[in-house]
Order: sequence, then structure tokens, then C-alpha cells
Amino acid sequence: MPAPPLLECAGIDKSFHGVRVLREVSFRLLPGRTLGLVGENGAGKSTLMNILGGNLEPDAGRLRLAGQDYRPRNPQEASGCGVAFIHQELNLFPNLSVAENIFLTAFPRWPISGWPFIDRRAIRARTRALLEEVGLAIGPDTLVERLSPGERQLVEIAKALSLEARLLILDEPTTSLSARETQRLFSLLTRLQGQGMSMIYISHRLEDVLDLCQDLVVLRDGEVVGQGPRGDFSLDQLITLMVGRSIQQLFPTRPETPAAAAVLEVRGLSQPGMVANVNFELHRHEVLGIAGLMGSGRSELARILFGLDPFARGEIRLAGRRRERVTPRRSIQQRVAFLTENRREEGLCFEASIADNIALVSLPAFRRTGSRLIDRPRLAEAVKRMRREVRLTVSARDDQPVKSLSGGNQQKVVLAKWLLNEPAVFILDEPTRGIDVGAKFEVYHLINTLAGQGAGILVISSEIEELIGLCDRILVMSHGEIRDNVDRPHFDRERILRAALEVRATA
Amino acid sequence: MVETMHRFWLRALNYTPLALCAGVLAVFGSLSGKFLETQNLLNILIQSSSAAIVATGMTFVLLTGGVDLSVGAIMFLSAVVAGKMVLGGITLPWALGVMLLVGIGFGAVNAFFITRMRIMAFVVTLATLYLGRGLGLWVTETRAMNLPESFLKLGVARVVGVPLPVVILGGVVLGAHLILTRTPFGRQIYAVGNDLEAARKAGIRPTGILASVYVLSGVCAAIGGMVSLAQLGAVSPTFGNQREFTAIAAAVLGGTSLFGGRGQVWPGTVLGAVLMQTVENGLVILNADPYLYPLITSGIIFGAVLIDSARHTFLARLGRRRIRLEKPFAARDDAA
Repeated sequence: MPAPPLLECAGIDKSFHGVRVLREVSFRLLPGRTLGLVGENGAGKSTLMNILGGNLEPDAGRLRLAGQDYRPRNPQEASGCGVAFIHQELNLFPNLSVAENIFLTAFPRWPISGWPFIDRRAIRARTRALLEEVGLAIGPDTLVERLSPGERQLVEIAKALSLEARLLILDEPTTSLSARETQRLFSLLTRLQGQGMSMIYISHRLEDVLDLCQDLVVLRDGEVVGQGPRGDFSLDQLITLMVGRSIQQLFPTRPETPAAAAVLEVRGLSQPGMVANVNFELHRHEVLGIAGLMGSGRSELARILFGLDPFARGEIRLAGRRRERVTPRRSIQQRVAFLTENRREEGLCFEASIADNIALVSLPAFRRTGSRLIDRPRLAEAVKRMRREVRLTVSARDDQPVKSLSGGNQQKVVLAKWLLNEPAVFILDEPTRGIDVGAKFEVYHLINTLAGQGAGILVISSEIEELIGLCDRILVMSHGEIRDNVDRPHFDRERILRAALEVRATA
Repeated sequence: MVETMHRFWLRALNYTPLALCAGVLAVFGSLSGKFLETQNLLNILIQSSSAAIVATGMTFVLLTGGVDLSVGAIMFLSAVVAGKMVLGGITLPWALGVMLLVGIGFGAVNAFFITRMRIMAFVVTLATLYLGRGLGLWVTETRAMNLPESFLKLGVARVVGVPLPVVILGGVVLGAHLILTRTPFGRQIYAVGNDLEAARKAGIRPTGILASVYVLSGVCAAIGGMVSLAQLGAVSPTFGNQREFTAIAAAVLGGTSLFGGRGQVWPGTVLGAVLMQTVENGLVILNADPYLYPLITSGIIFGAVLIDSARHTFLARLGRRRIRLEKPFAARDDAA
């Protein structure tokens, strides 16, 4: 007889304002196994997780945890039942120590329980044991602000372990981790699973999901459209299930580009601690990819090119002319656009409206001659045009705050903002991070169209598949240097990965 | 290398209150021999105790990222009420108890409007500042009140040889320090000050914590008022005037961040308060032009705020990852 499931969802239904977001979702999680939950944004993953975590109650259906009825009314009740969440955005306090973070809401007391004092010796000892368990060689009194993102993630897991969690739910845990940190996290998760921990793993990085999980559940439009052991699915099948479109169709075909004039030239660019001796050319009509692991200097290079960070040596030429004093302001005037990897903090004014965000960069172009005041009708017209161009969801009003949009539509607002400035060089850093497959498809098409109109495009991405599908040429970075330059006919996953992983020659 | 330099600067920035204190003592000591005499140093401590107590309460509020502008008014109003009662024939302990109640009451009003009505702390406490001062002036009809000898006796009383104001200061600081560093409530104050939303998600109830710090600040203001009252023996219409700024300045000088989540009462805030009194005392001994006092004090406060932002920037820079010459993963100087 097989082991009884740890978690059983049966016929879960949930509607918001008459819209059904979950339809009879049923699946089982066996103890000591990892279940991968995949689906586009809006497929119902987060609603399902909110139900499991006690933030929402289902309209119908039942949940059972280890054979008992499970109906958490708030997050505290969920964690009391041994269900721990690791969110995409970590919930740690950098100004407190590791031990304090772990025991923040459940400090053991000194000298006896009920007293107001913290038993500091006890939390230190227990934290030490937990840190050892997750393989983190730091002291319990270390302030969290001194830890790297990967180390912080491990602290979160230590916290979950301190609650004696039976079920660990991880939501996009690798977005801010380097390849090495990801590896480390995965080996820990595998080890925990070996000790009997059950997990639900949610991620857009399908390779990771296939790597880590034994069972998969695919959601589309609130319904389970595929379910079974990992062996039943290939990457391509997964994507087909998620969108009903296969991976080959995801990328637009690149036309054969004749050699065109260089629009951006970089010569001997160096900045101590960041990048060293970077040389490359970007041509009109060209989509040039930059591959590299997180922390390889990709984003830092982009920031230097746009003028956000300084450089010590070398030169940057734009349309043949050497750029003096590179600043963001000048970059914008010279029609260089930069979509940052972090749209929430750097890409958008989150509270401001869609229209204001789109207009932000190009406002000077909409001044009336004479009075210098903004020509609002003309601006509104331009905003409408951009919305159509990026295919922003029609249901959103111009005056709606950007924070109310989905990730994909937020990214389209950022794109619209830069397109309005008619970029000659467009630098895109992780343009498809955290957006669903449908929106990805549209972003790829937009990039293709823009290149067709003559812009030079620089795309930075962690997903090699994405670069291979999208680019004419790929530069590979590692340790702040360019290690390889691959043309489309020679595109090869392994070659690119090898160059990206290349160990530094000089110690 | 770069990292080591940053770490060094961060350490240095964290120890600025101590360094400033030592620097000021050295400067005044070298300018005047009288300055470093034990009696003078003790005087500085006695004179700064009231301000330090008020600043201790303020530190709790600043740690949550808020501010309490009403502390000076609370000092005034509680002193006025106590003075009226004593002059009306009520005994001293009762009057002191009522002072505490006024502090708690005002703190509770602040807390109510800030946590329940969700009005900004700055606005609420600005309103209660005028409310407290207005009530006090109304009751006293803008006249000074001279209090009986019994009050002044308290001011010069000694407990096992230690002046009473210093004993009270010591008690308040010890209590505050234990609360902040050794109790769940104290650590949760730091969490709330760092990120209110995150604290809520972590299962902390920020409302209770925010409310408590304003009540604590009110209590500290009342105790500070008692100490001041015992030292002056009279309530003038300007009693406690602008004490809110002295308190904020002392806390910030001591390394408490106006951004919330950073700072400590001991040694930080206490040093800050003593430092400000030291400067004033030193200038008096040097016979400096009185018009210079505010200029020099403002210079020091400005410097402290500058250092606070510098530390903020440094922390942000430390948090940024570097690509080349990365430090190996597990090797950390503070491991275990």
C-alpha cells in the first residue's frame, strides 16, 4: 500500500467577483517528494498558494494535511500546522541578527517562560544547530545585512526548519541567486527531501523545476491541465501545456541581416572591481545578446554604458562619435534606452499612472513652442499610440497606477516609455524576468520589430535559450570580461555555458 | 580590499558618537584646566540627565521611524499640573504620580491618532505640542510658578552619594537598554522600524508596538520634567520649550537613524545628550559669546545627520555585489 499523501487538494474552487480563478483543482503531494507547480502568470498559482498559506479561503473543495482537515484562516495558523512559505521577496530584517530573525515571533524566555526577557543563550545554540543543518558557516549573531542574497535564502530555510515545517512551499526562490548559490540551495533542498521534507516548488525557470521535482502539476486558466511524474514531461511539452504554443513558435524568425554600420562601439572599457577591457560593436538592425551568470558583470556593463556608473578607462562611441561625460540624461538625449533588471525599484514609478510612466522620459519633446508648457493633447495621443504598439492590456485605464498591473503589463509600460523616445540603441537587462510566457512572446516580437526599424539592441539574459532564440550574435561574459563572441550559425548551448563558467585565468 | 575599506568606514561611522565625545572633551580640556575637574564633569552629567531621559523616550519613537514633537509640551503640562497640586496642598508623591499620568495620557492620545486614525506622527505630535502648551499656558495664565522647597530638595538629594537626577537617569537608561536589547518587544521595535509591512507579514502586530513607543516617550518626557522641575524649583512659561529638538538631536548624535531601525539608548543616546551639555558647559567655562552657542550646537547636529546619511549610503554600497575579486563564500571574519 502506498504511503498516504501529506497534502491532498480535492476540487478546490475560488472565484473573485464572479470570475472563477480556480476550477476544481485537485492534486496530491506524497511525503518526502517535491511537487513542481508551473503555469503562466494569472494561471491561478498564487491564488492556490494563498489558500494553502491561510490568506484566502476556498469557495468549495477540501484540503487535507496528513489525513486531517486543513483550513487555515491566517498565515499564523498555517505555520502552526507546519506549512512554511519561502517567498520570492525575502522577509528578513537586515538590521537584526540571524538568530533574532529566526526567533522573532517566538523568542524563548529567560529564566522561565512567561518572563519578558529573551533567552539569548538558547537562541544562539539553536540557531547554530539550524545554520549547520542548512550548511551556512556564519555565527548566529551576524547581522543579516552582511549576508549575500543566497545566504539570506538559506537563513529563511533555517527559519522554516525552526518551525518544524513538514511542508515547505518555495515561490521563485532563485530569482536573485547566482548560479553557484542556486546550486547550493538545490543540494540543500535535495538533502532535506531525503530527510522526509515535502515541498511545493513554484518557478518560471522550467529547467530548475525539471531538475528538482519528482512530480509536476501544470495550471492553465485555473485548471490543472497536466499532472504526473517528471518523466512524463519534456521542457517543450511543459511549455506547450502552459500556453498551447510550443517553444519553437515562441521566438520570431530573425531575418538575415546584412552588415550595417556600427551604432555603438566600446573600446577597452574598464572599471576596477566591475569590468575589464571590454570591446565590442553593436550594429544597426542587430540583436546582440550578452550571456553570463549572475554576477558576471553583465548588468554592471549595461549600467556603465547608460551612464549610471562611472568607468575608469576606455571609450564608448555612439554612431561613430566618442561620448564625453556619459550620464543618463545625455544618454536619453542621444536616444539610448535602458530597461533595467529591476522594474519595481528602477524601471517604474510604482504609484504613478500608466500615462505618467510612459511619458516620463520624453516629456521635454512635448513642450509647446513659446510657452514651454506640456502639450497635453499631443502627449495623450502619443501615449495611446505607444499602448497600442506594445499591446498593453486594453482593460487598463491611462490613469490607473502601474502597481495594479500584472508583471507582463508593467514591463510593457517600461518598454512603451522607452519606445516613445525612439531609441537608436536599446539596452534590455532581463526583459522577460518574472513575466508570463504570453507576455514574453510579445516582448520578443517587439524587439524583433525594433531591430527591423534600424535600432541596435543589446539583450542581457540569464536564459541561454532565450538568447539563442532571439539574437544574431551572443557575447559571453565572466568575471567582468568578455570571454566569447558567438555568431548565429555557431550558437551552441554548451559552448556558451562553458565560456560563462570559465574560471578566471589570473587569481 | 574595497570591501575591507568599506567595512572599516562603516565601523568608524558607527563609533562616531564616542569619537566625537572624546574629541570635544580633549578640545575643551586643552583650552581650560577647570573643564576636566571631576566636579565639573559630574555637573555636566547632572545637568544633562533631564535631556537624556527625554531623549531615551525619543529613541524608542525614532527606532520605529516615527517622531514625537510633543515631549517638550508634555514636560511643561505635567509640571504645571504637579505645581498647581503642590501649591494647593497635595503631597509630593501624589503630585509626581499625576505627572506620570499626564505623560501616559498624552502618549496614549498620540498613539491613538497615529495607530488608529493613521495620521502621520509628525502631524499628530505637532498638534499635541500646541495642545499641551496651550493648556499649560491657560492654567498658569502665562505666569511663572514658584514651588515649595520640598521640590528643590529632591534636586540636590543624594542616594548613597550619587545625585538623585543621575540615579533616575541610570534607572531609566538601564530599563530602556534591557527592553531594547533583551526583550522580544525591543527586538520587534527594530523589526517594525526597518520595514513595517515585512514585520506585519512576519506575524508581528505593529499597531501595539507603535502605540507602546509613544506611551513610553510620554512617560520619559514626564520623568524628564520631574528632574528638570526638581533642579529649577519653578515652572516658567518656557519650561521644556524646544526640548523635542534637543531630544531628537541627542538621539541622532548618538547614532540613532531617522530612517528607523538603527540606534541604541546605551551608549548612543546618553552620549549624545551628554555631548550637547558638554559643549554648552565648555563654552560657558571658556567665556564664549552666548550667541555662538546655537551656531556651534547646530553645527554638531548637522554633522551628526550628515554622518547618518553617509552610513545609510555606505550600507547600501556594502549591500551591492561586486564582480571581480569577490571574497570566497564561507570565509567571513566574524564566523562563529
